[in-house]
Amino acid sequence: MEAAAATLVTGLVLGGMYALVAIGLTLQYGVARIMNLAYGEFVVAAAFAALWLFTSLGVSPLIGLALVMPLAFLANWAIYRIFLTPLVRRAPNAGALETDSILATFGLLFVVQGVMLALFGGAYQSYSYLSIPVEIFGATITANRLVALGFAAVIGGGLWFLLTHTRTGTAVRAVAVNPAAAPLVGIDMARTAALAFAAGGAVVASGGVLVSTFLTFNAAMGVVFTMKALVVVIMGGVGNLMGCLVAGLLLGLTETLVASFVDPGLTLAATYGLFLTILIARPAGLFGVAAR
Amino acid sequence: MSNTALAIVLAGLAAMAALPFLDTGFWLALAISIAQYAVLATAWAMFSGPTRYVSLATAAFFGIGAYTVAVLGEVLPWPVVLLVAGVIGAVLSLLVGFATLRLSGVYFVVFTFGLAELIRQLVTWFEVNVTRSMGRYVFVEITQAQIYWQLLALFGALLALGTWLARSRLGFALHVIGEDETVARHVGIDTARAKVALFALSSVFMALVGAVMAPRWTYLDPAIAFNPSISFTVLIMALLGGTRSLLGPLLGVVPLALLFEVLTARFPNHFSILVGIVFLLVVYAVPQGVSGLLARLRRGAPA
Repeated sequence: MEAAAATLVTGLVLGGMYALVAIGLTLQYGVARIMNLAYGEFVVAAAFAALWLFTSLGVSPLIGLALVMPLAFLANWAIYRIFLTPLVRRAPNAGALETDSILATFGLLFVVQGVMLALFGGAYQSYSYLSIPVEIFGATITANRLVALGFAAVIGGGLWFLLTHTRTGTAVRAVAVNPAAAPLVGIDMARTAALAFAAGGAVVASGGVLVSTFLTFNAAMGVVFTMKALVVVIMGGVGNLMGCLVAGLLLGLTETLVASFVDPGLTLAATYGLFLTILIARPAGLFGVAAR
Repeated sequence: MSNTALAIVLAGLAAMAALPFLDTGFWLALAISIAQYAVLATAWAMFSGPTRYVSLATAAFFGIGAYTVAVLGEVLPWPVVLLVAGVIGAVLSLLVGFATLRLSGVYFVVFTFGLAELIRQLVTWFEVNVTRSMGRYVFVEITQAQIYWQLLALFGALLALGTWLARSRLGFALHVIGEDETVARHVGIDTARAKVALFALSSVFMALVGAVMAPRWTYLDPAIAFNPSISFTVLIMALLGGTRSLLGPLLGVVPLALLFEVLTARFPNHFSILVGIVFLLVVYAVPQGVSGLLARLRRGAPA
């Protein structure tokens, strides 16, 4: 019973992280229409930034969060403006942009990964922050996981509020729903897309910092994060925050269940299994309406 | 390609088969590397060129071929091992194809993106839990020259297949799908079946290359066999060469294989960064590939 409770809580925390990371991706893919294969590298880059801040400067990851998020916002805004805008201009249609963005970000993946390998090496890294055992619902879990989950909820909730209660947020959602009609009602597409891409980058960086407090990570792990974020986004329906949350939690729970009761070596297989089931049963996502 | 062009190219390949009699050291190794990527990039472009579905799973099929040899190489005669590698590659590609190619391209990209990693994990899990041994030694009596000849033969077969395909109904159907999938469906093409068929053909060649290359390693484990950089290298080569014509990818394979040879030797620690930069340059500067650029110059349009 206790083992089951522990699995449940661990799974929910992991799922919360997946949901947060996927929310950033759904902004980039659903609004800016950029399929970002280098996405997971930014999770890892933020994790390394937090590690460096904590071990060499003694800065707590929670303060690190306040430093890394604006930086990631600016960096992603610059990436969109400098690297991706030419592709957006050149693409004759949405399909061509998708292919081009896949290729460009695939190249970016190797550049970012190479830089991280050169800076930090390929070894697994971790640091000890708030690893105090806490008892919750009869399960023992470290405090850092709970703190991470709390911050993820705050960031996700804050983003949801901005998207639903501000003028800019409404514009962002309008572009996600119908990119062709949005300019007709006076929405600046280029600005909105850049903003969504940058915001997505800030969210993913926050995910990286939070994950670094309780997971060991290395420079080559980005691909797995990208894969999982993509699966969550597709499962939840592109551009759907609520879908991301549900799908993320589902993935986290499935993985933890498989890891603790079957074999830890089969977590990616579990991800694929879930993905395949969704593909076959509900190709438009859990909450999707129309299938193409 | 016309029949005469194909005959000339095949004759050229036959002439190149003489190389091992001249040198069995550095030049043969380089030629094997080029021949390997020539088959992989051409096979990649054969599917991804006309359909415009970006496959990131080359390493998965290559690895399956290589690992088949590691497992069965000593047990079965060589042609049978190759046959098994091809069949496993075909079965896997059919599974992936039927699961994803009925849907829009994103599903396919996402699925292929992690496929090599998934199979690596599954094979590792199987080896740890069932056979209880990680890694295998490859003891087969295959010389470097024989590897090279087999690769040339595969390349020849692939080019012949490509030439036939371009004139067949299937090739025409794929061309229509690449131009506009909705139109293709409206004129009565079974788009899913055409895409899956071509994906399977291309994957079989990748698995065969993996199998042929396996004896070059004396020791193989899942991490070596399913090395993701192969997917990346093949993709960038095919893109630089251009995917519109059968011999297009070759124009990217030769310069990049030479460049990567230099880069791995001189900057082993920064290889990934440099290759990523080369990749970005190709995507931004030559989106149609060298062969597309040449075609445009020949038509006299401003480049």
